[in-house]
Amino acid sequence: MSGDRHALISRLQDACGGEHVMTESHELATYRSDGLLHYRQAPLVAALPGTAEQVRRCVAACYEAGVPWVARGAGTGLSGGALPVSDGVLIVLSRLRRIVSVDLDDARIVVEPGVTNVAVSRAVAPTHFYPPDPSSQIVCSIGGNIAENSGGAHCFKYGFTTNYVLGLEVVLTDGTMVTLDRDAPGYDLLGAFVGSEGTLGVATKIALRVIPAPEAVRTLLAFFPDTVSAGDAVTAIVDAGMVPGAIEMMDRLSIQAAEQATGAGYRLDAGAALIVELDGPHEECISGLERLTALCRSAGALDLRIAQSDAERDLIWRTRKAAFAAMGRIAPAYYVQDGVVPRTRLSEVLRRIDELASQYGLRVANVFHAGDGNLHPLVCYDSAVEGEAARAEELAGMIIRACVDAGGSITGEHGVGVDKRAYMPAMFGEADLDAFQRLRCAFDPWGLANPGKVMPTPRLCGEVPGPYRQHPLERAGLAERF
Amino acid sequence: MAATTVEPATFERAAADLAQATAAGRAVRIAGAGSKRLWGASGRQPDVELRTTALDRIVEHNSGDLTARLQAGVPLSAAQRAFASAGQMLALDPPPSPDGTEPTIGGILATGDCGPLRHRYGAPRELVLGITVALSDGTIAQAGGRVIKNVAGYDLARLFAGSFGTLGVILAVNVRLHPLHDLAFTAFGASADPSTLTAGAIALAAAPLELDALDVAWDESGGRLLARCTGAEAARRARRAASLLAGSGLSAVELLDADSELWAGQRAAQRSAHGAVVRVSSRPTSLTAVIAAARECAGTLVGRAAVGHSYVRVEPGAVTLLRDRLRDRLPAGAVATLLDAPDGLRDTLDPWDTVPGPALELARRVKARFDPAGTCNPGVFVGGI
Ligand SMILES: Cc1cc2nc3c(=O)[nH]c(=O)nc-3n(C[C@H](O)[C@H](O)[C@H](O)COP(=O)(O)OP(=O)(O)OC[C@H]3O[C@@H](n4cnc5c(N)ncnc54)[C@H](O)[C@@H]3O)c2cc1C
Repeated sequence: MSGDRHALISRLQDACGGEHVMTESHELATYRSDGLLHYRQAPLVAALPGTAEQVRRCVAACYEAGVPWVARGAGTGLSGGALPVSDGVLIVLSRLRRIVSVDLDDARIVVEPGVTNVAVSRAVAPTHFYPPDPSSQIVCSIGGNIAENSGGAHCFKYGFTTNYVLGLEVVLTDGTMVTLDRDAPGYDLLGAFVGSEGTLGVATKIALRVIPAPEAVRTLLAFFPDTVSAGDAVTAIVDAGMVPGAIEMMDRLSIQAAEQATGAGYRLDAGAALIVELDGPHEECISGLERLTALCRSAGALDLRIAQSDAERDLIWRTRKAAFAAMGRIAPAYYVQDGVVPRTRLSEVLRRIDELASQYGLRVANVFHAGDGNLHPLVCYDSAVEGEAARAEELAGMIIRACVDAGGSITGEHGVGVDKRAYMPAMFGEADLDAFQRLRCAFDPWGLANPGKVMPTPRLCGEVPGPYRQHPLERAGLAERF
Repeated sequence: MAATTVEPATFERAAADLAQATAAGRAVRIAGAGSKRLWGASGRQPDVELRTTALDRIVEHNSGDLTARLQAGVPLSAAQRAFASAGQMLALDPPPSPDGTEPTIGGILATGDCGPLRHRYGAPRELVLGITVALSDGTIAQAGGRVIKNVAGYDLARLFAGSFGTLGVILAVNVRLHPLHDLAFTAFGASADPSTLTAGAIALAAAPLELDALDVAWDESGGRLLARCTGAEAARRARRAASLLAGSGLSAVELLDADSELWAGQRAAQRSAHGAVVRVSSRPTSLTAVIAAARECAGTLVGRAAVGHSYVRVEPGAVTLLRDRLRDRLPAGAVATLLDAPDGLRDTLDPWDTVPGPALELARRVKARFDPAGTCNPGVFVGGI
């Protein structure tokens, strides 16, 4: 083994250059976890290729050695997707950060996978923007966004990563490079790759669609006595046929935490806050804002504030985005959950979360994308208290089951990774999981790409079925390709 | 020998029909209402035709969530009527077949057929939240979910979208709906110069007007651009679109409120009863070159200017011209797919463009995993899949 290990390391060094291959435990420590810190595992070796061809050589070296590998972007994932495997290689893509081309007439940008999400929007500003905007956008990589099909606050109107990918260059497990293009004839393998959590290959080049930046933005902050009345306002907005750019909700606990962090003047006596952002053509924003304020008032809003300047808008959003980190001020530790419910069942599920929280004797704060029904309950706990961490994890699991029972999903944007594997059977039966495995085996029959992720139990691929039979016309040389 | 037709009314029956065919080594042709019966390559002569038309239930319409679950055989028009009663729509508007047959939901997804709404709402795959399928071994599987946001598991809905029935039978889909606006205005402009049309299209595509549709049309009489706005302030936005058209050099600029015939015409021009239609995908900036290629084959064109999709149509007399010329005349990187065609054409012309080796090899591996026996629509897809 150690001879094999040396051979593999020297092939990786040949591919990337010696200084870009890490083997010492202090070097590898950085890569033990992604954003979900309670899973930890150092890889055998970490390679940091600088070009797509170097990535290909790393993957090919693993294939020839029969060694598994895990791709890593910025390591902000929240489901343990980039958690290394102990006997495998971690392929870190942070050096691939070139913007390859920007072509605004075709509304298209081509980037390498290590480019950050925010850098894409910057590269096409001010006329255009790239809508999927995870809160981690300053650091997370486009490659990670592709792998997780990431979303953000603006999904309700603009959709997710998958709606914006035009083309991918992918290195497959055996070291083959393939180009998957949105418009190429054949299966939508591009669509299948997005959201596949690093289990189908490594994306080495990414073409994205961008769209014109909205000419106007109006941000409304509304306070309500409780989440039920705030939920009624969301229902009224959607029923009125309005499609705001974002509809975010915070409950009492998260308002308190966030307000401590930014001092934005959020009302501490409110049971819920809604941030509703209208964006688009000027005239639509103006007429929409009138309707919006009327709808919030009739749903029982205590107080309505409209951002009067970019600075005020930034503060509203900064406070919303601070909610996660600010939890640290009111609880020693917390567990971020990510579940989805049909929007019309939000109130019911929030009530159920309240019940569960008191049953478990823990506090749960709710900050979420209300338009999408995507909940992010933060389960607070103190690991110094014997057994509380385990209780928090169990409660987080109960919350996910409540989401599935309401017809929702175990994850809206953070992915399955290692963290949610065990919940997959709550949503999918054996036949469904088997169908997933068929796709995975078509891409990676050897099971070397990010093994142990997504599927609830490890599975092997059966033998690759017999060779493809040529089309009779093709064989006869009759069909011309035009 | 004529194929036997089966019309299963339950998922279990459909799955059993497939499994039986597989066990007997029969080829199954999967069809919806038959509005695109001949699209794709001719493929192997089917022994069985499996029609989804008896799977025609709108299973759920959750108007408050803007979602629905539809069986695959539901005609689009029936679904739209149901959704419209709640002020909603499924944002798909592919044309009916030339003989007026309304496409089914399953057929639209399997072929990826689109209409003008493609501009704002994307391809059918963008609207599908979850899918239920039958595979050739009789398995019934589902993927995705019923909520508008979900990343659990692989996106098999996208894999089946545009797969032309070669991976299995789509039994049901969960879809996202959108508000239906009754106020609509269309800005219209004309030009006999293709590069003026391209410039106009680029200007409109870059404008923050949130157009529902941005279409181009070209025939003997010249070209036109059409930009549609809906919503509370549709008229004002359409006026702005009109001034951008004028500013880009288009003439005869007008604002139309009774615009439904205009758009029905755009959709109808994507199909042909006796001639041929080729869908060309290219960069939006290549529109000038695509129009030039269409003219050289005596073709007319309609399309989604900002998406880069054009439908080149020729009359029966020009079919040979299309076959011999179009591909060579198209700009580099353009992809051409033959849709409607008169008898015989698809036997001398592969309806599918070439796919680079590694991508084709991967596609074959996918087919081999999902339909190892080759039961489902054998030979109709790219590279003889
Ligand atoms: C504070 C915070 C806020 C967040 N907010 C959001 C949010 O609002 N919305 C949201 O959706 N997510 C959010 N996330 C989660 C996370 O940022 C996203 O999942 C992001 O897309 C991960 O990108 P990354 O570059 O960090 O990927 P990593 O964590 O490095 O990897 C994630 C997965 O992608 C795979 N991968 C990475 N690069 C490639 C590649 N080039 N090819 C193939 N596979 C690859 C990895 O193997 C792994 O499975 C948040 C995270 C944090 C810490």
